[in-house]
This record gives sequence, structure tokens and C-alpha cells, in this order.
Amino acid sequence: MSTINQMFKTALHDWHASNNGRMVDFAGWSLPVQYSSIIDEHNATRKSIGMFDVSHMGRFFFEGQDIDSFLDVLTTRRVAAMGVGRIRYSLMCNESGGILDDVLVYHLPKLDGGSRFMMVVNASNRDKISQWITDRIESNQNVKLNDRTAETAMIACQGPGANNLVAELSEQEPDGLKYYTGTTTRVCGHEAIVSRTGYTGEDGCEIICENEHAVEIWEEIHSRAIAIRGAACGLAARDTLRLEAAMPLYGHELGEDVNAAQAGLSFAMNFKDREFVGRDAIVAAKKDESLPCRIGLELEGRRAAREGCPILVADQSVGEITSGAFSPTLQKSISMGYVQPQYAQIGTELTIDIRGKMHNGKVVELPFYSRA
Amino acid sequence: MNTTEMLYAATHEWTHLADDGDAKIATIGLTAHAIEALTDLVYMDLPTAGTQVTAGNSFGEVESVKATSDMYSPVDGEIVDVNTSLPDNLDVLNTDPYGEGWIIKVKLSDEASLAKLMNLGEYEKLCTES
Repeated sequence: MSTINQMFKTALHDWHASNNGRMVDFAGWSLPVQYSSIIDEHNATRKSIGMFDVSHMGRFFFEGQDIDSFLDVLTTRRVAAMGVGRIRYSLMCNESGGILDDVLVYHLPKLDGGSRFMMVVNASNRDKISQWITDRIESNQNVKLNDRTAETAMIACQGPGANNLVAELSEQEPDGLKYYTGTTTRVCGHEAIVSRTGYTGEDGCEIICENEHAVEIWEEIHSRAIAIRGAACGLAARDTLRLEAAMPLYGHELGEDVNAAQAGLSFAMNFKDREFVGRDAIVAAKKDESLPCRIGLELEGRRAAREGCPILVADQSVGEITSGAFSPTLQKSISMGYVQPQYAQIGTELTIDIRGKMHNGKVVELPFYSRA
Repeated sequence: MNTTEMLYAATHEWTHLADDGDAKIATIGLTAHAIEALTDLVYMDLPTAGTQVTAGNSFGEVESVKATSDMYSPVDGEIVDVNTSLPDNLDVLNTDPYGEGWIIKVKLSDEASLAKLMNLGEYEKLCTES
């Protein structure tokens, strides 16, 4: 493949390639889809610790004044006056309420005092969001976006064993952080951001460090992870894990053609006493009972529905699957999709057309899996 | 079965030929390379005996955790036997892909398509290049 040379490589690329990582193109990045068995990697995360190179995610650091009030106008979630250490999941929408991206906004203490704002965005949306934000900096605003994706690495450590393991290497123990908070500390002696966040439905943390320290930190964690039956995990396990946890994935459950009101993410939207881009369109969509909404489906049998499979009632299309897989944890075929609201009630029986064959499914509560 | 005596399709099916009176019977399966590439198989959809197959056309589907793939018939003819125990015991594909992991047997109606298949050396070259 000649295109591989033009792909972005993370600081851990060579480690993956020389450790049996099956490298694929993901949003322009060469990343491991798996090292061994997807199911083994998935189970390692649920039972012990899974390590993920998520350096492809876009990392924007902001400099200037009143960053929080500047960003607050662009996010569905209130981020103004966010306390130091806090992290919030939010959507960013266009004027029509269409979802431009789902992001994390961080207000992080600095190692030498003070604090700064950071945002993590999807790799596939990095250029778009960088442009979207930059275009909205008024001439009288002192705001600068510094995209440090290429210079930094991001390592997710997820699972019941993750925080204790990272605590051996980090000055800040992850367990000392509340869920969805983060700080600047030292990991293996190197300055790094540690946050209690993740995308697997497990407890755990994510580490952001400079590229030159990524391999050292990764290997220190990895050698300890292996000793407790943990594993390095690829994109495929990340996908089955997030699906079980019913976390939406941009390009599947979320997109510019989806209004934020449809996505079942009301926790990520604050309407009271604030204005933000897309607000009016989202408020209007919330009242529109004809718009499809996000559901979870459990299918009979072992067959997985995939993105694009039609959802039917009495041979009529009432929606579409956006993600699906055979769940390694639940040993069931699970999927998410969008259907007309009258078919979204829990227990509703629906037919799913998988490559021309009809399969029975029923609407179930999300998430499919929550940790004990 | 001996893999050096088999023929291989670019779509990673193996074919083993045997004489059955006047006709030739092709036993068809998936190569170890294909099974390793798919990994984590969870489902297999098989045809029934009596179904006509055409070289290059799908005769069934195999599904792994991450994707669904078609299985293509390397030959023209009629399916005379199906390994119906396979979907409930997909691990056989990992342990014995060229033996117990056979998928269908086809009574050939035409041998022309055989010329398009590769020998083991050619197939292994294809796998290392891709």
C-alpha cells in the first residue's frame, strides 16, 4: 500500500508494528485494528486492563483570556466557569443543530501553577473543528488555538485494574481524581496530563504526554499490564467496548445530518440561561415528534447487524442501524440505530434486514453493559 | 488433506478435487490465511444441498466480530453436501481448516473455472504480497 507513507503515524506506531499490530488506515492515521484476538483484547479490558493508543484524537490547547466563555458559545454543554480539574463531554453543533463533533473540554491545572483549557476532538473532525473554532474568534478576543496533536501522544488505560496500575507510575494516582476530572502531573518522571476518562464503559484513565516519552510510558504500563492478564488493544476492541457501553461514535450515531436533540445525549446539553450555536434549532427539534431517535437493539441469534441495515415494521422501513456487533461480554448480537419515535419504546419488536435476510430484534435499554 | 494438492482462489477459498464416477467433486473451504485475517468468527451462513453455484459468486457468508464477508464459489456446479455442523463449531476452522473445516462439496458441471485457480505456490505468493 503506497498510501501508508502519507498516513499520520503516532509516536507508538513502530511499537504497534513490531508487536503484531495489524495496521489499518483510520481517519488518515495508521493504527492497529488488533494485535491478537479482538475478543481477547475486549475481555482483557473488561476483566483487567486494556491499553489503547488514542493519539489520533485531536488535542487542542487554548491560550488567551476568557477561553471558557469563548468556548461556551460553541458547545451544547455549559463550559463557562468550569472549575479547575473538571472535564465535560459536549457536542458542537452548526446553526441547524447538526452535530459537528462530540468533544471533551478540559480545564486543567498547570504543573507550574495556573490553569489552561484543552479540547479533545475526533480525528476525522480535527481540521473541521480547528477551522470552525478559529473562524469564530472575533478580532477583539484574545484566543489562540494550538493544535498539539502531532507533538503529543495519548494513551487510554481502561479496566478494573487500570487505575491501580497507572498509580505505580504516576505522581497523581488516577483513583485520587474524581470521574471526569484530570490534572497535570508526572508519569514515569515526565510531565503528563492524567484524566479519569475513557471510551469503554470501564473505569480507567487517559494519559497525554510529549511524543518523546510515549514509548517509555507505554512500555512501562504494558509490562505491568501483561503481568495481570491485561493487553494492548486495537481499534476493533475499542469499537465493541464502546458499543456495549452505548457510547456514540461520530460518523455512525453522530453526524451533521443528526440534530443534537435526536442523539439521546440530553446530559450533554444545557439550555438554561445560555446561548450557543445551534440552540434554537435543537430546542425546535426536541419538540418535533417526527424525528428519528437513537435506540439500542438486541437481535436473536449470533448474527450482527451492521451500519446501514434497514430496520422494518411490517415490511416498511422505520429506521436504520448505525453500529452493530456480536457482543463479547453479553454473548448477544447488539446494535444501535435510529428509528421513528413511535417504535423507540423499550420492548418494541422490530425486524432488521441484514444483507437481505430478516432478523428479529427488540428495543432494549441503553447501555447494553454497565460495569458493576 | 494435503494443501499442495489443492487449488486456491484469490478470494481465499481452497478447492480439493476428487473423482466420483464420471463427475468431479470439489470440496471447498477457507484457507488458514483467510481465517487468520478474519479472526474471532462468530457466525456462518451456509447454503443447502441442491443449490447451484457459479464460479465467482457468493455461496455463503462468514462473520467475524468486526465484519461480514462473502464466501465465493471457485467452481460451477451443484452443492451435494454441506458441513452443517460448522456454524455451531466455528473453532474447527482454526484448528483444521483444510480437513474438518471443509464447508461445501460441489459436483462440477463445468471444469473451465478451474483454470483460473492458483496452485499453493502462487497462492502463498499472493498472500505475502497483499
